[in-house]
Amino acid sequence: MRGALPLGTYRPGTTVWHRIPAGPKLGLVVLTSIVVVALRGPWPPVAALAGAVLLSAWARVPPGAVWRGLRPLLVVVAVLGGFQWWQRGWPVAVEVVATTLALVVVATTFTATTPMDRMLDAIVRGLRPFRRLGVDPEKVALAFSLMIGAIPAIFEIFRETREAAKARGLERSPRANLSPMAIRTVAHAYDTGAALHARGIGDD
Amino acid sequence: MADIAFDGVTVTAEASGGDVVILRDVAATLTQHRVALIGGNGSGKSTMARLVNGLVTPSSGTVTVDGLDVASEGPAVRRRVGFVFTQPAAQLVMPTVAEDVALSLRRLVKDKDERQRRVMDVLATYGLAHLADTSVHALSGGQQQLLALAGVLATEPSIVVADEPTTLLDLRNSAIVADRLLSLEQQLVLVTHDLDLALRCERVLVVEGGRIAADGEPAEAVAWYRDSVTSA
Repeated sequence: MRGALPLGTYRPGTTVWHRIPAGPKLGLVVLTSIVVVALRGPWPPVAALAGAVLLSAWARVPPGAVWRGLRPLLVVVAVLGGFQWWQRGWPVAVEVVATTLALVVVATTFTATTPMDRMLDAIVRGLRPFRRLGVDPEKVALAFSLMIGAIPAIFEIFRETREAAKARGLERSPRANLSPMAIRTVAHAYDTGAALHARGIGDD
Repeated sequence: MADIAFDGVTVTAEASGGDVVILRDVAATLTQHRVALIGGNGSGKSTMARLVNGLVTPSSGTVTVDGLDVASEGPAVRRRVGFVFTQPAAQLVMPTVAEDVALSLRRLVKDKDERQRRVMDVLATYGLAHLADTSVHALSGGQQQLLALAGVLATEPSIVVADEPTTLLDLRNSAIVADRLLSLEQQLVLVTHDLDLALRCERVLVVEGGRIAADGEPAEAVAWYRDSVTSA
């Protein structure tokens, strides 16, 4: 059995965040993300991160789930922050790190409080006016849901690849970790395509 | 039962040393309720199964399902034919159990409340209702395979093709999935290495080297396969 992974996994509940319809909630998340990205200076993004954490607590997303969502990103964020510190100073490093983490916490809260089916309906409704421009709302919604669904799957591939490298005593080898991960991720994409094809999804 | 017809079917695949023939001039008509395809690894049996759903198309020859050509009428064929893969995790594409079944139903049921009701009905049938909001990644292999089957059957296909659906499962889960498959009202085309399972079908085809090496009553075909393996 695999460990439950947070982003992309709906957790039923009765909080205000669970009750807000998917469309307005998605709009709110997009708006919040734009505001968070626009914030400048070290402290406003830190305040935004604190606000995102409070929001997740309000939506009753378990802290462990939020932590598990952030944990795989910590290495990347640390490298990013270290590079920004070196190149542009600590205020920019804090800004970049806090902004990234705030966006992930907001996204985790959104996916944890919104069933995927409702999310797809909202995207399809929102994109309907673009049909005349050749946009297929169902396909865009499907791509969106597949992207979210792929996140836990890719983390799982990452974990399995690391275990396989460790079993061979190659845990410190970037090649033993990254090459199989890239190949298995592409294979996963291929398998997903075959599974959708077999279910007739995308045929219409 | 539906009529699945292979007529002079050859399937080739590109490889670095030139084309490789996977199936060669296969001809068969499957009309029985439960048909098993058995044979060694790389024999071509999975390719034969994938042809039925249009996941693979013939390089030459034709495959038809109730008269519909899988190559030219793929969408219509896939509405009739559900497919269950060997690796259960590979076919679950949504984050949670209920959402994965709902994805199968999106095309057929536009009303979201009706869709939700159908999802819960399907999950209840497969004993998965209590896992509706569970991550698909948190399920056991057996539960994943049952969910995959539930996702396929939600769309009410008239044929189910299952490619080694019990290979990766433990004994208990294997028995549960096998019993579910064999009790289906739908026509079943089953690729398997489990000869006991093949013996529970009405017809068995032995595929070897891209050809149908034996075809007939399960007891005879399985005995032929056992002999061919032990005498090799």
